[in-house]
Amino acid sequence: MLHPHIIKTLTATAFLMMAVALQGRVIEVCPECPVSSISEAIELAQPCDTVLVKKGTYSEGNILIGKDLTLFGEGNPILDGGGNSEILTIHSQFFHIEGFTIQNIGTSYTQDRAGIRMKESQNFTIKNNRLLDAFFAIYLEKSKDGVVENNFVLGQAENEAGSGNAIHLWYCENIIVKDNHLAGHRDGIYLEFVDNSRVTGNIAENNLRYGLHFMFSNDNFYHHNTFRNNGAGVAVMYSRRIDMFQNVFEKNWGAASYGLLLKEIHDSRIEQNSFLENTVGIFTETSNRLTYVRNTFAHNGWAMKISGGCQQNVLTQNNFMSNSFDLAVQIAGMDNNYDGNFWSDYSGYDLDRDGVGDVPHRPMKLFSYIVTRTPESIVLMRSLFVDILNFSEKVSPIFTPENVVDHAPKMKQTSGIAQGAETPGPKIDPAAKPGHSLTQNALTIK
Amino acid sequence: MLKILKYSFYDLIRSRWTYIYCGFYLLFTLSLLWLSSDLSKVVISLMNVVLLLCPLIATMFGVMYYYNSREFTELLLAQPIRRTSIFFGQYLGVAGSLSASWLIGTGIPFILYGVFGSAQAGNFFTLMLVGVALSFIFSGLAFLIALNNENRIKGFGLAILVWLFFAVIYDGLLLLSLAWFSEYPLEKFSLTASMLNPIDLSRILILLKLDISALMGFTGAVFRKFLGTGFGMSVSLIVLTLWIILPTLGIRRVSLRKDF
Repeated sequence: MLHPHIIKTLTATAFLMMAVALQGRVIEVCPECPVSSISEAIELAQPCDTVLVKKGTYSEGNILIGKDLTLFGEGNPILDGGGNSEILTIHSQFFHIEGFTIQNIGTSYTQDRAGIRMKESQNFTIKNNRLLDAFFAIYLEKSKDGVVENNFVLGQAENEAGSGNAIHLWYCENIIVKDNHLAGHRDGIYLEFVDNSRVTGNIAENNLRYGLHFMFSNDNFYHHNTFRNNGAGVAVMYSRRIDMFQNVFEKNWGAASYGLLLKEIHDSRIEQNSFLENTVGIFTETSNRLTYVRNTFAHNGWAMKISGGCQQNVLTQNNFMSNSFDLAVQIAGMDNNYDGNFWSDYSGYDLDRDGVGDVPHRPMKLFSYIVTRTPESIVLMRSLFVDILNFSEKVSPIFTPENVVDHAPKMKQTSGIAQGAETPGPKIDPAAKPGHSLTQNALTIK
Repeated sequence: MLKILKYSFYDLIRSRWTYIYCGFYLLFTLSLLWLSSDLSKVVISLMNVVLLLCPLIATMFGVMYYYNSREFTELLLAQPIRRTSIFFGQYLGVAGSLSASWLIGTGIPFILYGVFGSAQAGNFFTLMLVGVALSFIFSGLAFLIALNNENRIKGFGLAILVWLFFAVIYDGLLLLSLAWFSEYPLEKFSLTASMLNPIDLSRILILLKLDISALMGFTGAVFRKFLGTGFGMSVSLIVLTLWIILPTLGIRRVSLRKDF
């Protein structure tokens, strides 16, 4: 065994390859081989061996692994749970799994069955696997220093109560979730009590609840992800110091749907994201000291809804384009700063040609206020009477909060719209990391 | 009836005002398309115009045409022609020529712009349909008003009032009642109330296609069911047709009984 300090300094992937190269012992598994089951191979294996699984279907129920191994699938071998079993349960200090199709886990209301479960593990890589019809697909609990990369997860969740999450992290640290495609589960990625982790380049779509769900997880950042057509978009709750940048939130439509829900988030940065065609782009509640910079909100019902208890937030250099409502602020007397954004319905002028409008802009219209109070009045949207109302309110504000005003509206939009993740995996620019720096230890991906 | 329709139609087609009306739409649409690259924005701008202008012009034109051609009407009445044919012919002539102006004025620029290949084709058709429907509804109402009022001043005044009522006052009253009764469930009420006004109805028809994301943002199941499905669309279309039929029936009734 190598010393833990050395492990810490190396990347997990590189380390793995090195270990395989050093040890070199490979145990082959195939339906016709002397070793025909994975459990048997694992039984035989010494620490740091490689178990090479050839093409075929393996229905061995729950496989327990307590060794430091590389599990490598060649020709896409299938691990089948038969609809009533968890498949891989791993407890290891050093583990690599790659190239499997894991399927048929089956719904359970009493246990959280998973396709791949890492239990109190370290230094692991879960890469290039396909997980089909899983209850929970990848479940990491009390683990750290791991990478979940380029997996394809497709579930058939029908209701929230009877479905699990595609990637579920619980009490983890230092995990990278990268370039995965997650669909048809309850949450695409779920993080609870997860610190210092990174979620990047993933596509989460058509999930029942959230594309990404943060709870009580601090110092994380997620970037270059695409969240599309999920039940309610992305929810970030009860966390601090979260960086969100270059993500795309699109087409999250529905009665209680939003691109991004922020609840009790503090000291975070939301930068260069795109919010396209959501019912509500960002819904924020009791979130303080957030910075929203260079985001683009286009064709949303509401670009931003700011509920009560949001203080000291800064919105600047954002683009608000063709939204039905740009801003709805529910409570007056919050000291947020809205200066320096581009509003597509700004009607002022710029006489000195410095790129900043000479007349302050009031992004919250009277009708937005009315709709917040009496939702049914939405049927009057864009009627002449409402236009007259909005105009008179604009001339002399009475109802809308007085401090919701952009004193320096921009005449031109800020360039650079986030591209999010594309299929297949995105190009990640390491230089594009803004904001405060995260503690960068142990894991870096080449 | 066809002969009178043809006569009225050609009479109006030769009229200067029809050209101005058509030219206005042509210029307006062209400049909008020229200035904006976003077709959906153009549709929204045009929607604001059509909801305001189509009813206004149709009302004014209808009343004006009826009063101006009164002597001719009296001449026709002396002939062995059915009364309904005379008035329907005139009414359809006015509505038809107004619709033609609208269709040509906005249709041509859009077609030149290549709307058929774009994603906005559906919205374009809705817009066209709404313009035609509003022209028919409001010229019908105008004829009804004119038939009921011998006094021109009174007729004009009433026509303007009807337009103002549907375009502005109705919405104000609706908003006021919504605010007043905001503690009650108002979804069905607000939907029904907006159905009863052809201008609101047309607006909702277009918004159903454009601002659906905002309209969907409701916990109210009635809204979602109604606005999110083809059901809402078909009900809107049926009510719009009813709005065309009702004034026509009114014209028939009054013209049969009226003593000239």
